[in-house]
Amino acid sequence: MHTLAVKLATADGRVLTPVAPADSPLAIRGLTVSYGEKPAVFSVDATFAPEAMTAIIGPNGAGKSTLLKAALGIVPRVSGDVTVFGRPLAAARSRIAYVPQRASVDWDFPTTVIDVVLMGMYRRLGLLGRLRPSHRETARACLERVGMADFADRQIGQLSGGQQQRVFLARALAQSADLYLLDEPFAGVDAATERAIIDVLKALNAERKAVVCVHHDLATVDSYFDHVFLINVRKIAEGPVATTFTSAHLQATYGGRLAMAHIEQLNIADHAS
Amino acid sequence: MTALLDALLLGAGYNAALVAIGASLLGFAAGASGTFLFLRKRALVSDAVAHATLPGVGLAFIAMVALGGDGRNLVGLLAGSAVTAVIGLLAVEWITARTRLAEDSAIGAVLSVFFGIGIVLLTVIQSMAQGRQAGLEGFLLGSTAGMLFQDAVVIAVGGSLAVAATYVLRRPMTLVAFDAEYARAAGVNVRHMDLAMMGLVTAVTVIGLKLVGLVLIVAMLIIPAVTARFWSERSEHVVWSAGLVGAVSGYTGAALSASAPALPTGPIIVLVCAGLFVFSLFFAPARGVLAAMLRFWRFQRRVHLRQGLLALARAEPIHDAFTLRVLRQKGLIRADGVATEAGRAQAAKTARDEHRWAIAREVHQDTALTGRYDGLTPIEAVFTRDEIAEFDRRIGGPTMVASGGPG
Repeated sequence: MHTLAVKLATADGRVLTPVAPADSPLAIRGLTVSYGEKPAVFSVDATFAPEAMTAIIGPNGAGKSTLLKAALGIVPRVSGDVTVFGRPLAAARSRIAYVPQRASVDWDFPTTVIDVVLMGMYRRLGLLGRLRPSHRETARACLERVGMADFADRQIGQLSGGQQQRVFLARALAQSADLYLLDEPFAGVDAATERAIIDVLKALNAERKAVVCVHHDLATVDSYFDHVFLINVRKIAEGPVATTFTSAHLQATYGGRLAMAHIEQLNIADHAS
Repeated sequence: MTALLDALLLGAGYNAALVAIGASLLGFAAGASGTFLFLRKRALVSDAVAHATLPGVGLAFIAMVALGGDGRNLVGLLAGSAVTAVIGLLAVEWITARTRLAEDSAIGAVLSVFFGIGIVLLTVIQSMAQGRQAGLEGFLLGSTAGMLFQDAVVIAVGGSLAVAATYVLRRPMTLVAFDAEYARAAGVNVRHMDLAMMGLVTAVTVIGLKLVGLVLIVAMLIIPAVTARFWSERSEHVVWSAGLVGAVSGYTGAALSASAPALPTGPIIVLVCAGLFVFSLFFAPARGVLAAMLRFWRFQRRVHLRQGLLALARAEPIHDAFTLRVLRQKGLIRADGVATEAGRAQAAKTARDEHRWAIAREVHQDTALTGRYDGLTPIEAVFTRDEIAEFDRRIGGPTMVASGGPG
């Protein structure tokens, strides 16, 4: 499968990226995912840059979320292999924190904000490990980082969308991982939450952690991220924002769906130079 | 009445005491393990599993008789029922995973087919020489007549193992029930955990066959969970309170049925459990129906209070009698309708929060929050400090420009 993927990539005329997979926090080779017969992600190679803030960009139905979910084994892959920090996924799970889309859970579930954050530590606690006061303190500190410390004992159903997103982020922080994968963290949140989330992500990045976000707002790519990964079922391009987030690549990603005028509005032409 | 008291104090005879203890252990195991099924929203799968035990009971009887043994050996019958229950469970999972049929259709199909096969087997057994006194139909609705010590031991050991397994697996099962995607990403094998959850339920079903019967065991798995849900907002508490509800129902139900002749044990246990459910439905403090009505009444008062305060802030006349009464009771206006000192202060604060809320509704398109907007809940209880600062910045923005620019 692996060599076939490389052959296909070469046949497509794509150049394999210069980042060595062993150095990459998340390297994907020849990933194909299919719901039924129609591939959602087809033969995608990705080598996310170390210690970078990367946005996964593409139109609706382009397989952005599916790429992340398949990389983590949440949805089954037809083919492809995944390495995390140069090791197989199963051996490196503890280094990954995943923030799913808010809509993926039932918010009437009987649990409180702090309990959700503590879920981030279940893996470290094991099946029978005792929950100690130190774990609660860590959980509170994570809530503090996302500005939700006053809400620790609330039932999660009483939160707004933005607050729910912050709780999910706090749960990921509690894992103290090295790679953060977020699925549309800014979708449907208020401006204050968006700022709080991006501040936390930038702080993580400053601690040399890798952050990968499925992102839909082209206008903020430049200010939030330093790398982009463009996908529309197949990979279009990946690399630093300055050289990769170009109008030509966007045109290739969105096709007719993104008018030239819109691309010009984004004011990205000067990045290419 | 004394008969009931005797039974409750385990004084109604050896058999009744065995049944009561067995039923409370079974109730605890069923309540605790059933909660995860309820939280995973797969409660009805247990009904398919329960009905799928019947062919196993019949087949085990036939096999044991054919081998020259006593067909009524409980351990043998339960082992047989476990085998077909697992087959039924796997059939539901397989149909759901491999076809376009939804889980409810798969449950319906598996439940009826297995139950049909079971009834056919029971009819065949009735026509066998050894079959007439087999009493296998007792597995349908439970039968405690002639329960042996070893039967109670089976229930006690099986129930304790199920509770221990529930305790050990509580964290991954909670994770899977709340957020299966995250659980998978964190390295939990969701499929295995689902199977473990169902395996637990199958075990409880099998050991409960003798007492409650396969038709009603689903009640022991689900009703304690939904009852406990009324009393707690934390899954861990819900799990163990559900166990308690199940144990109390099992014990009380068994004692009730022992206190009077011809009261069937299984159905009485289920009815006691249902009684606890109905009580919780109405009287639970936060989620009960009465609490909700009370909350609505208070909400209505707060709405009137807010309307009144806003009217005071805008110096508008108030005509609504209810509003006037609320304001007067709170000492915000005098008998003649003029605002007091406290009334004026609160009116000003209300007007300011009203402003913040208006901004909040612009920023958050979220009904969960705007639904909590009643003008009296301090805005600080709903929004974080930076969110409120954001509202104030927006309120203050234009004023600052008007008064000579920023700075």
